[in-house]
Amino acid sequence: MSPVGGIALPPEPPAPELHPTSFQVLPLACANCGAEFDPTPIAVCEHCLGPLEPVYPDGPRPTRDTIARRDHSLWRYREFLPLDGAPELSLDSGFTPLLESPALARRLGIARVWLKNDAVSHPSLSFKDRVVAVALNAAKALGLDTVGCASTGNLANAVAAQSARAGLTAWIFIPHDLEPAKVIGTAVYGPHLVRVRGTYDDVNRLCTQAADRFGWGIVNVNLRSYYGEGSKTVAFEIAEQLGWRLPTAVIAPMAGGSLVTKLRKGFTEFLQAGLVTGDVPRLFGAQAEGCAPIVRLVQKNENAIQPVLPNTIARSLAIGSPADGLFAARAIRETGGWAAAVSDEELTRGIRLLAETSGVFTETAGGVTVAAALALAESGHLKADDELVLCITGNGLKTVDVVGDTIRDLPTIAPRLKELTALVEQTHST
Amino acid sequence: MPVTLSLPTILSRLTDGQSTLEADGATVGEVVTQVADRFPRLAPRLKDEHGGPYPFVGFYLNDRDTRFLGGFEAPVTEGDEITVVIAVAGG
Repeated sequence: MSPVGGIALPPEPPAPELHPTSFQVLPLACANCGAEFDPTPIAVCEHCLGPLEPVYPDGPRPTRDTIARRDHSLWRYREFLPLDGAPELSLDSGFTPLLESPALARRLGIARVWLKNDAVSHPSLSFKDRVVAVALNAAKALGLDTVGCASTGNLANAVAAQSARAGLTAWIFIPHDLEPAKVIGTAVYGPHLVRVRGTYDDVNRLCTQAADRFGWGIVNVNLRSYYGEGSKTVAFEIAEQLGWRLPTAVIAPMAGGSLVTKLRKGFTEFLQAGLVTGDVPRLFGAQAEGCAPIVRLVQKNENAIQPVLPNTIARSLAIGSPADGLFAARAIRETGGWAAAVSDEELTRGIRLLAETSGVFTETAGGVTVAAALALAESGHLKADDELVLCITGNGLKTVDVVGDTIRDLPTIAPRLKELTALVEQTHST
Repeated sequence: MPVTLSLPTILSRLTDGQSTLEADGATVGEVVTQVADRFPRLAPRLKDEHGGPYPFVGFYLNDRDTRFLGGFEAPVTEGDEITVVIAVAGG
């Protein structure tokens, strides 16, 4: 190693090895028929085609003190995640801030509001870092050297960043017309990035076929049983950061519907473990009007998804045929929640409202969540004494174009105090 | 008229390992029914007890989602390709 600036650099770290791992992933069982499977990269029951879920061993759960002593990452809840042993990859994701926003609470007319701020998630600024952290460890334990995903943007960013660090090959598939920031924020990590002419649902179908053909670990296809469990950590962190108690209501954006489903599972698991008391919060789901198949399920009390062709600027939520839609609708109904769809104009105002009241810049999905909160407050679904958490799942720097008009009327002056004084006086007079 | 129907690995275990099948029919539903009749173990994976498609089993006609084409009533022509995809994925 040659010295740089007179300082000898430490030796290069060894290249990551795929085998052996000191941990395994848990076996799986069908949520529909109960059939059991050894750990494997499949997400569908070969007997009835139902979804597979990890089977957690019986045994003691960690105490609050045990959890509190651990590192500030999602792995502090490792007993609730589908690995048997200590993870080795993506050890720094999770444990994002929970911020209280009194100004937004006043605007909504309810007691208290917090923001679960995954807009600052490490490393790729969205909640997808959580699920990918779990999925890549599963891939490693299963001996897979190539991973991938179908993505509306945030998942692509997370898979690209985390697989680069892990030394895994990545094949990432996105709709051809995604926002440039999300495309560049994926390509920079050097994965095999493929734009597909079609909607997310077309991309997703192609990825399902790719997982079958090439045997890759597509995180949200054949690793989905493990991947989805990472979303539970949003619920765990909310409970711990509120002082080991539960809010009365949570609003989350819905694309495939997995987050709402896993929020319920996470809160339920903490209650069963005795880490918190009370009831699972009322869960509310938010979608854009241009792609709202789950909202329709809830509001019309239907029992089958009616797929739609998405037409919204909320690209990260533009899934017209959501895989977890039925489960999300059930979680919403059974917790006493509701669902709301908002227009593109409303979600854009939601982005600005969140920034101006709370100092958090979120992407379009966050705008949907905030606008849905306004709609749910207006319709009486939120109560004056509610303690509400909004899941802010992504960063506004990824979708700056939708709020581009914020700079349209910016003043421009010469570097002269006289001009500044005139501007200040004009501002005070208006 | 002959068309092909492609199955994922998980379903080709029920067709003696054949992942691509040829069948006749004027609609997607007729093709599916002919394949189902030929492979009785596969039948309940392709159609529900009423003969309709499951919400989690997707049928794509030349890469287009048949739910936007009339479902099992979607007409097929010679040489068309129907692909079966299990839909528990995405998001």
